[in-house]
Amino acid sequence: MSQSFDEITAQLKRRHRKSARLKWVSMSALILAAAFLVVFISDMLIKGLPAFQQAQIQVEVTYSEQSQQMPPAAVNEDVRRLVSRGFLRTLPRAMKQNPELMGTTRMEWVLADSSVDQYLKGNHSGLKESQRTVVDKLAEQGRAELKFNTRFFTSGDSKMPELAGIAAAAMGTVMTMIVTMLVCFPIGVMTAIYLEEFATDNWLTQTIEININNLAAVPSILFGLLGLAIYINFFGVPRSTPIVGGLTLALMTLPVIIIATRTALRSVPDTIRQAAFGVGCSRWQVVRDHVLPVSLPGILTGSIIGLAQAMGETAPLIIIGMVAFIPDVSASFTDASTVMPAQIFTWAGEPDRAFVEKTAGGILVLLAVLISLNATAVWLRKKFERRW
Amino acid sequence: MPTNQIYLLFSGVLLALGLAAFFMARARASRLRENGMAMYAQPDQYAWFSVLTTAGPAVLVGALGAFVMLLIGAEIPTLYLLGASLVVATIGLLVGLMQVRPTFHARQAIEVVIRAVLATAAMVSIVTTLGILLSIVFEALRFFQMQSFWEFITGTTWAPGDSFLAAAGRADEGASAAQFGSVPLFAGTFIITLIAMLVAIPIGLLAAIYMAEFAPTRVRTLAKPVLEVLAGIPTVVYGFFAAITVAPVIVDVAGFFGLDASFNNALAPGIVMGIMIIPFISSLSDDVINAVPDSMRQGSLALGMTKAETITSVVLPAAIPGIISASLLAVSRALGETMIVVMAAGMRPNLTANPLEDMTTVTVRIVAALTGDQEFESAETLSAFALGLVLFVVTLTLNMVSVIMIRRFREKYRANDL
Repeated sequence: MSQSFDEITAQLKRRHRKSARLKWVSMSALILAAAFLVVFISDMLIKGLPAFQQAQIQVEVTYSEQSQQMPPAAVNEDVRRLVSRGFLRTLPRAMKQNPELMGTTRMEWVLADSSVDQYLKGNHSGLKESQRTVVDKLAEQGRAELKFNTRFFTSGDSKMPELAGIAAAAMGTVMTMIVTMLVCFPIGVMTAIYLEEFATDNWLTQTIEININNLAAVPSILFGLLGLAIYINFFGVPRSTPIVGGLTLALMTLPVIIIATRTALRSVPDTIRQAAFGVGCSRWQVVRDHVLPVSLPGILTGSIIGLAQAMGETAPLIIIGMVAFIPDVSASFTDASTVMPAQIFTWAGEPDRAFVEKTAGGILVLLAVLISLNATAVWLRKKFERRW
Repeated sequence: MPTNQIYLLFSGVLLALGLAAFFMARARASRLRENGMAMYAQPDQYAWFSVLTTAGPAVLVGALGAFVMLLIGAEIPTLYLLGASLVVATIGLLVGLMQVRPTFHARQAIEVVIRAVLATAAMVSIVTTLGILLSIVFEALRFFQMQSFWEFITGTTWAPGDSFLAAAGRADEGASAAQFGSVPLFAGTFIITLIAMLVAIPIGLLAAIYMAEFAPTRVRTLAKPVLEVLAGIPTVVYGFFAAITVAPVIVDVAGFFGLDASFNNALAPGIVMGIMIIPFISSLSDDVINAVPDSMRQGSLALGMTKAETITSVVLPAAIPGIISASLLAVSRALGETMIVVMAAGMRPNLTANPLEDMTTVTVRIVAALTGDQEFESAETLSAFALGLVLFVVTLTLNMVSVIMIRRFREKYRANDL
């Protein structure tokens, strides 16, 4: 049975339409993924940007014997609930440090309670009707404003949303990352050099390679179990500290750095090695003087990416107790500490609505750091990329 | 004397000995060479060799002593240990200086030491895997001494509730016995993973097909970083997004259809986890599709096949082992994913197939067991390690199978850069 030309043409048309359909469907998959990213980022921006602003109100503060004893007495009764308790708490000490304040009454911009903050931002707040009118009146007189929230970047965690900041967590992240990189960068690079430049292909090398691939795929939470059982329970490293967190993350980051370094070493052409051997270099001299300098940008790029990955990791750190409540910024490797993602996790669990904003604000900061780290890595790769 | 000062003094003396070794050996070697002696190595190499013989054994002695103290619990006073270490360093210095002879291959000796150091570093990865395995297995064994293994694998009730009383030796006071049946946890993990895969595999694979076969270079260079950003977002952020943004939307949508959804429904973490895994699948599949030899495409096109027919009946079948391998890796990732489920899925073990209900997963229970304020010896805490063991075994198996699949693909098409 033969087909007419018309039938064949129609069939051909159908086949080409099918082809076009696949193109559109697959393109929309990609667009969907990109659209998700846009939705996600804008959602975080909408939720998080208000965290960088904080309500302040201008009130009369009375410095007297009475307010020394009972700080809330320092402000008028109608605004007493609108002022942050954290501010009132600092009054007695301020008076002790500045004795000339005693007996004066000043108009001051002070930190507002988080309910005022939420009310001014148009969110649901716990303010009563009467308090709302007071805030409205203050706002009309220009005595209640949203100002840039420096405290968010300078203070540690707090149970009062208006006082909470990311500084302690940021410091914890820095300390933890220092430990991580100090441990895993040298070990990772040395392992990669051994596997690429020194090792012969025997069962030991193969075992190491299989191990590295496995470690790269082991769920991160299992590294937390390792940290808990080995570092904390066996070696007695203090819990919740940057040192145990850093050591745990180091093992997790190790495969990333090894694989990146191996790729970088492998991209160095053999002619360079042969030339160096030809003039009588020993193996280590070849590596040190010729292969490593050429592959350094690649190694650094891989390490930065590994660092960014470790910086965003939370699960293993929860297991080893790095979700502690840390109100003060501390720069010690052996003090209990928390890290940025753990801080985000803690805030996300707070029932107070005001903490949602803090959480998203923290996320924005973390994402900004991670994206700039990755951008640096990409820039490094572009700048130093060599085609042989 | 406080310990810190002792360590400082020790490091100072060791550094001084090292410097002395370097300069003395170099001076000696230079002198020999000036006398017209032909030497096997450069003066600097003799110098570095002396530094190695000085510092190396000393550091080893120190580390060994510390390790012995920790392992056996034997008390060696720090002062004696460090003193012994310095004595060893001095002996090493003398040995190093004696080796400054024209017939000594200092460069080769350094080479041997460096090779050994590098090999030791490479062993760390093996030690780590062993560490994970041993720590989990030992604690899991202790758990199975308390609870029956069979009950753990087949039981359908997970209620660790009163196990802390048992640990405190007051088991008889507990109202009900603790039960550790892990089936609901596995079921929850399975359903959330399934949802994630239903999102990630089609979208990831189609995106990979578009990027590898259709997209112009400009789109490709733009789309890759976008997907990479998606992969670089920390999981805790995804978790927050799932719990705060996606879950309420799902509850609203379900309510619109007259369905009752929990705010901790399994759909939200599943979908968000799927989105997280999209870049993982797309980049691996992209690599695999690109590795399919062009001659196959050309052959197919030459026979008059359209582009879509070429892709669906030539390229994809060839790439299927690689795609399966990528999907298995993705499954193993989804199984072990923790933060998204901890933040967005429920805590209640719930044996159901309805994704709108709340359910919990293995990783959630691990976190819950270890962040409570229980004694480490309690059955609930140890149950985390038993669950961890299961997780380890399952993900390891998936990875192994995935590696075998990709190797088969590589051998078939000689795609060595995969």
